Amino acid sequence: MSTADLVQVGGLHFARGSHAVLDGVSLRVPRGSIVSVMGASGGGKTTLLNLVAGRLRPDSGQILVDGLDPSGIARQDLYRLRQRMGMLFQHSALFTDLTVFENVAFPLRRHFRLPEPLLRKLVLMKLEAVGLRGAADLTPAELSGGMARRVALARAVVMDPHLILYDEPFTGLDPISIGIIATLVRRLNDALGASSIVVSHDVHETFAIADYGYILAGGKIIAEGTPEELRASDSPLAQQFLSGRPDGPVPFHYPATEDFAAAMGIPMETREAPRP
Amino acid sequence: MKEDFLVPRIGHAVRETVPRMGMAARFLVSSLTAPVRRDFSFRQWLRQIFGLGVLSLALMVVAAFFTGMVLGFQGYYALVRFGATSALGTLIALSLLRELGPVLTALLFAGRAGSALTAEIGSMKATEQLDAMEMMAVNPLAWVVAPRLWGGIFAVPILCTIFDLVGIFGGYLVSVPILGVDGGTFWAQMQANVSFHGDILNGLIKAACFGLVVTWIATWQGFSAHPTAEGVGSATTRSVVMASLAVLGLDFILTALLF
Repeated sequence: MSTADLVQVGGLHFARGSHAVLDGVSLRVPRGSIVSVMGASGGGKTTLLNLVAGRLRPDSGQILVDGLDPSGIARQDLYRLRQRMGMLFQHSALFTDLTVFENVAFPLRRHFRLPEPLLRKLVLMKLEAVGLRGAADLTPAELSGGMARRVALARAVVMDPHLILYDEPFTGLDPISIGIIATLVRRLNDALGASSIVVSHDVHETFAIADYGYILAGGKIIAEGTPEELRASDSPLAQQFLSGRPDGPVPFHYPATEDFAAAMGIPMETREAPRP
Repeated sequence: MKEDFLVPRIGHAVRETVPRMGMAARFLVSSLTAPVRRDFSFRQWLRQIFGLGVLSLALMVVAAFFTGMVLGFQGYYALVRFGATSALGTLIALSLLRELGPVLTALLFAGRAGSALTAEIGSMKATEQLDAMEMMAVNPLAWVVAPRLWGGIFAVPILCTIFDLVGIFGGYLVSVPILGVDGGTFWAQMQANVSFHGDILNGLIKAACFGLVVTWIATWQGFSAHPTAEGVGSATTRSVVMASLAVLGLDFILTALLF
């Protein structure tokens, strides 16, 4: 086992009912790097994050986070592993009944008995890092979407995690907030010496900060490489995704059981014979 | 379609329901046992007793007052035919302590606090707050659900006591000043015929059981709600309907057992 990689995923299969969400996915996250997983919505990106976080159990394949298999260890050990992980959720997921300060302090209060002045310093440091020390006493309802995402980011890193997971960090934000979040993802990763997995479908923003990227489609990795390598990729599927074309290997039409003419009730005799 | 026939449909419904019941039971056990493990916050628990109690207090007082007054009128109407109006105090007290207090408290609690619990936990789920907690290595069953469950178990008997007291006072106001029953007889008869163990404690045990069942249903419905606005809305409705029916059904069983 190479210790250069914080996360190793090999031959991962995961199905919901008869639908294979992940079909043989392998990837690795070298320590200190930001790895992006891109792909269309519903392509299994979030499922992959949940598997890495130990919230789902794979049907087959291997996941190692810091040398531990999140789905194979006892709940207590999983919780101990999660104390070394931070996760930023798509909807920020701030606790609505707590202030900004208490939101960021929550993991510290639950896991350590720290003297109040020390706890205060730790929390304010993280809030300062995301530029929101002045907003410590506000409630989540008083924050804009971009500010809420930054508070959630401060909360995700307050325990100084080794691994930070980002689930669609840019979705639903204005361009300035997207720029701020992207800068923070990179800056926090490097300042904490952490490693990050960024799951996103925002190609431009993700490429700007990622060291390495994977493109996920139909449950499989269809392309991987540095952002430059991915842009130059000759996979038609990867090219369709990166340039956002409506039709291509991913069809515009959802598959139907009968053809259009039949669905419209056009009788068989009157249909034009297929040209040879 | 196979599901159009009766027997497969019954089978399908059973196969849907039984695992859900199992999950609800596991949910209850792991939440209830949280205080035994270390990850239970007593401060959160006290806060929930207070919060749930205050939420329904005004409603309880008004409902109890009117229930007691109505009991005074109806009891007088029945007893006056036998010349037994001296037993009116006993009748009012026993009706409230043994039956109406616990049941009406629980029904009102389900409508007011139960629905609020479901909506609260459901929206925490819909906005990924429960997932976030889980990712911060904090068990939502211990941190969110357990204090509310134990809060309900303690809040409903307290509310029930208030309901009983206000109800008896309402009954007194109708019986003595309005209907002219002798005040001394009213209280003396009540004091002589109400037993602490058989009647008061009995009612409080019922109330605690109702508190458990109502908060269990409310928190479970919130916890298992579909994480969307519609999901939370329908879970809230389901929570009130199921909790009310469960209270009435359980009331029969408990009355038969504690009779």
